[in-house]
Amino acid sequence: MSNKSITEIVNKNLKTRYKKEARFKKYGQLSIFLAVTFLFIFFTSIISKGYSAFYQAEIFLKVDLNQEYIDPDNTNDLEEIRYSDFDGVINESLYSLFPQIIKRSDKRQLRDLMSSGASITVQQLVLDDLSLIGQTINIWLPLDDEVDMLIKGNIDVDLPEQARRISDMQINFIEILQKKGLIKNKFNKNLFLSGDSRESEQAGILGAFVGSALMLTITFLIAFPLGVSAAIYLEEFAPKNKFIDFIEVNINNLAAVPSIIYGLLGLAVFINYAGMPRSAPLVGGLVLALMTFPVIIIAARASLQSVPPSIRDAALGVGASKMQSIFDHILPLALPGILTGSIIGMARALGESAPLIMIGMVAFVVDIPTSPLDSSAALPVQVYLWADSPERGFVEKTSAAIMVLLVFLLLMNSLAIWLRNKYEIKW
Amino acid sequence: MSNNEFNNFKTVGNTKTSNEVVMSVENCNVFYGDNQALNNINIDVGRSEVLALIGPSGCGKSTFLRCLNRLNDTIDSCKVTGKIHLEEEDIYSGEIDVVMLRARVGMVFQKPNPFPKSIYENVAYGPKIHGITTSKQELDELVEVSLEKAGLLDEVKDRIHTPGTSLSGGQQQRLCIARAIAIKPDVILMDEPCSALDPIATEKIEDLINELKENYAIVMVTHSMSQAARVSQRAAYFHLGHLVEVGDTKKIFNNPEHELTKNYISGRTG
Ligand SMILES: Nc1ncnc2c1ncn2[C@@H]1O[C@H](COP(=O)(O)OP(=O)(O)O)[C@@H](O)[C@H]1O
Ligand SMILES: [Mg+2]
Repeated sequence: MSNKSITEIVNKNLKTRYKKEARFKKYGQLSIFLAVTFLFIFFTSIISKGYSAFYQAEIFLKVDLNQEYIDPDNTNDLEEIRYSDFDGVINESLYSLFPQIIKRSDKRQLRDLMSSGASITVQQLVLDDLSLIGQTINIWLPLDDEVDMLIKGNIDVDLPEQARRISDMQINFIEILQKKGLIKNKFNKNLFLSGDSRESEQAGILGAFVGSALMLTITFLIAFPLGVSAAIYLEEFAPKNKFIDFIEVNINNLAAVPSIIYGLLGLAVFINYAGMPRSAPLVGGLVLALMTFPVIIIAARASLQSVPPSIRDAALGVGASKMQSIFDHILPLALPGILTGSIIGMARALGESAPLIMIGMVAFVVDIPTSPLDSSAALPVQVYLWADSPERGFVEKTSAAIMVLLVFLLLMNSLAIWLRNKYEIKW
Repeated sequence: MSNNEFNNFKTVGNTKTSNEVVMSVENCNVFYGDNQALNNINIDVGRSEVLALIGPSGCGKSTFLRCLNRLNDTIDSCKVTGKIHLEEEDIYSGEIDVVMLRARVGMVFQKPNPFPKSIYENVAYGPKIHGITTSKQELDELVEVSLEKAGLLDEVKDRIHTPGTSLSGGQQQRLCIARAIAIKPDVILMDEPCSALDPIATEKIEDLINELKENYAIVMVTHSMSQAARVSQRAAYFHLGHLVEVGDTKKIFNNPEHELTKNYISGRTG
């Protein structure tokens, strides 16, 4: 074959080769585009549904902390004061805004505008500062979730009155109050400072957040050291035989076992057999640790394997023992990878709801857990619970909880990236 | 490997050294699983001399070298039989601990492999783990002396705490030599120490080997015949897992006895 003909052949092929390349690029761009689009739709939908949960309609009231209602016998006893009629003082203040309302049923409708959280707010104020008794205070207090929904435009006022949970009269009250400038949207700190509640305007995610944080801590404390040690053993010390192969296969299988099965295992072993409390972050953490453990082993083994063998040789060559070569050289080099893998495994655990439901973490828990043995919710389960609630107010809460969960996940993944960049050795 | 010409094969030439014997290998066989990589090797390593191991790729030079500091132990399938003595002690019989052995038989690898730590840490690591020095000052001195001996001190004096991996290839290899001599070994094994380096860096390493041989026994694998001729006093020619011929480097290169050695030296085997 002459040189010329080879040039021709190559030239001919060259076109198809470049075409293939261009086509491949197009496919890649298309899939990236699809991924970004879905992500965009997902975020827009969640944020547009959920952003309104971050504020809450409140009413400005002048509340007369009349001694007739609060501690009428002047006992100064905190317990006595706690059970005073705080609803009474709030209602009085509310009635005073509408002196023309005298019918009991109308008064009742007016009263129902308030959130039951209002009296708790006032109660807390008084308990914190007893000198307030007898004085008049100016205060912003939360309105009922139906009112909140109305103000946020989530209730169709054109529906017939019976079809809404808010009456024409109440709508009228609200319009008057709004004209007077007494109703405002305030930042809903409740969302971040309280636990779950049957009343959507009082429901917060702190309980679920703390529950998830406690669980993840336990998961990390158990799964990380165990997983890394197991990986080091398997990678560096284990003899190469059938039994170890068998264990390896099983670990890989464990990583793929559906999470709900870990929940069943946790229920059987930790709760029924070991007698640990239900709904507790301790059990949740243990179950998630079981689930994360094989993931960490696999990540850690991959990182250990990726340490260049020349480093091993170098360490052994100067007379380091096996332990020394591992802990002085191999492990530090593998650590960024191990951490990244572990954090990604933990992030997956954070998003798990199925196993937690199995061990009873779907319980309705109002209190913020203070120890891993307290009953608690978890973020993904909270999402599930709220999504399941019929009240209109929980729709935005659900999206808000998802946002918090996503931010938590984002923080964890960023931590993983940051750690990798910080500790990665540049060769 | 069961080549007919190797039936009952006996190494030709002189496997003994005229210097003081530091290591001696007797009837050494090495297997990777069922494959025999080395057959009945007998050879001595002498003080203050460079023994060059030459031969075509895959003939077992690296395998042999790694027997001398038991680095083959890290390969699960690898089995070594026969006797290898370091001075009086048989290194495979448990008379000498493997960590101790590697402290006395240092190694420099084909590809420079400094730890991804500072230059100082690289050299200080061996002395530290063996507890060779008792004070920080002593350690600092040892690091300095080792770098000096490796001909690297002048180049890195003012950046001794920067990463060893940021040095050039040749400097990295000299750092590895400094790391090896910092633990004051009797023997230094070098597996093609210059094959990843440019000619200038190679020349520096060769000069260095020439100086070092006064105090150490050096066993060096090389692919370059001219290098073997320049730096070694004795040479051993391996072929398909057999030690074919050993002798003074001059004799091996100018007047080889065995047909295989002749072919290799004249460039007909490669
Ligand atoms: N880790 C190993 N496992 C199995 N066989 C090996 C291993 N290392 C080397 N060998 C085999 O042993 C023989 C000698 O290899 P080696 O000592 O590396 O040769 P050289 O260094 O002379 O090029 C070769 O046939 C090679 O395939
Ligand atoms: Mg080799």
